[in-house]
Amino acid sequence: MTGTVRRAGGAGRPGGRAPWPLVVPAVAGLAFLVLPLGGLLVRAPWPEMGARLAEPLVLEALRLSLVTATAATAVCLLLGVPLAWLLARGRFPGRRLVRALVTVPLVLPPVVGGVALLLVLGRNGSAGRWLYETFGISLPFTTAGVVLAEAFVAMPFLVISVEGALRAADLRYEEAAATLGASRWRIFTRVTLPLVAPGVSAGAVLCWARALGEFGATITFAGNFPGRTQTMPLAVYLALETDPEAAIVLSLVLLAVSVLVLASLRDRWAGTP
Amino acid sequence: MRLVRAVLALLVAPALLAGCGSPRAGHEGRRTVTVFAAASLTGVFTELGAAFEAANPGVAVRFNFGSSATLAQQIVQGAPADVFAAANPATMRTVTDASLAGPPAVFARNRLQIAVPEGNPAGITGLRDLADPRLKVALCAPQVPCGAAATAVLAAAGAEVTPVTLEQDVKATLTKLELGEVDAALVYRTDVLASGGGVEGVDVPEAGEAVNDYPIAVLRDAPAGEPAERFAALVRSPRGGEALARAGFEVPRA
Repeated sequence: MTGTVRRAGGAGRPGGRAPWPLVVPAVAGLAFLVLPLGGLLVRAPWPEMGARLAEPLVLEALRLSLVTATAATAVCLLLGVPLAWLLARGRFPGRRLVRALVTVPLVLPPVVGGVALLLVLGRNGSAGRWLYETFGISLPFTTAGVVLAEAFVAMPFLVISVEGALRAADLRYEEAAATLGASRWRIFTRVTLPLVAPGVSAGAVLCWARALGEFGATITFAGNFPGRTQTMPLAVYLALETDPEAAIVLSLVLLAVSVLVLASLRDRWAGTP
Repeated sequence: MRLVRAVLALLVAPALLAGCGSPRAGHEGRRTVTVFAAASLTGVFTELGAAFEAANPGVAVRFNFGSSATLAQQIVQGAPADVFAAANPATMRTVTDASLAGPPAVFARNRLQIAVPEGNPAGITGLRDLADPRLKVALCAPQVPCGAAATAVLAAAGAEVTPVTLEQDVKATLTKLELGEVDAALVYRTDVLASGGGVEGVDVPEAGEAVNDYPIAVLRDAPAGEPAERFAALVRSPRGGEALARAGFEVPRA
């Protein structure tokens, strides 16, 4: 890579002046992304911020959001890491199709995901009816339902991230372990997993952030009830109906959490050249 | 220097394009009346819009249906609307307080009904039945008009209902019933009538405690001009009243 750049000569070398057809749209793009967030900061009711943050509705929504996003990330780790391993290391027909299927929730509007979940896991859904009649479990309108909706939308982020790390990992360590007689499971836990740990944690953080911001699938599948299924994004949306200032406060909390997440990822994302 | 020129070109080009586009549409194309209307009016207004277009060749009607509060916010933020029909006077006030609309007039009224699955398997006859903890009940969130009405109506009946969900609008509330996820929902009569089937309504006397007035107003500086007035007049005409009544609205006598 570096060799090609050198051969291309002075014009394309790093350190030369950036060409304006790139700089102008880049600056416009940056402004487009940053200005709305700045607007949020400007409009925020700063003097009454403390009092508003202490409102039970806000605290309840925040607590629920943190709990469900963490639980959803746990679900994603439990199911997503093995799935990523299967996609990266497995040899089976239709692997490409499986990978495509895994990424579907990534491009699907979350509301559609919520409707799909409702049709399958709802009280009248194909799997939900069995759950309800056999165990008396009904997932919609429960906190567990929120976790499911969030995991559905966030899991592809984790799978893709971990699969990428697995593909980039040096296979020779695993091969060496295999020649020393380690079983595939032992190789996975002792060699592969430590090797891709940074990828797994980055994927988990991304997955957590996506779960935290989840709106469409949650409100469709789990409904909206304070303390049980009303997460921060749902509270923002409903606050906007009557109390835009409250919506701004809630949005700022979400923004602050997102920035914190990004900061924790600084080395892996913002830091990559 | 080159950079400045390029930036100017970038800025000017869209303006020129827009300049070419819009007047031509005004001259030879059809004039468009943009109507912002509460989601509960979707059926009636779509019907009236078609009738209006048939009676006024050269004028098209475009709708933006949604939550009244959201629509009011959009209008205050400068959305190009000609006519605003809200599901309650409070949201209309957002717009009239900003001096953006002419005087509103109430053209329809709506009241709540208990929506239950066809055949009413739970045998619900009134609001107090909804307090049964074995029943799953969906209500609108108190922040939206149908939720405010639900709160008032339940209070009038002295019914302590714990819903499983407070939905963001009346259509979402009814959808949860249509999908069989809840056993009852408090929605407008018009929504029960408009639902595809599989749903029936139970009238409740307490609904009179929270009758929703629907005001309509033509916005000042309506880009469509005079046809906007004509559409609002059609809604308030006997013909409009007929369509509204068919959809389950009560129509105030003029």
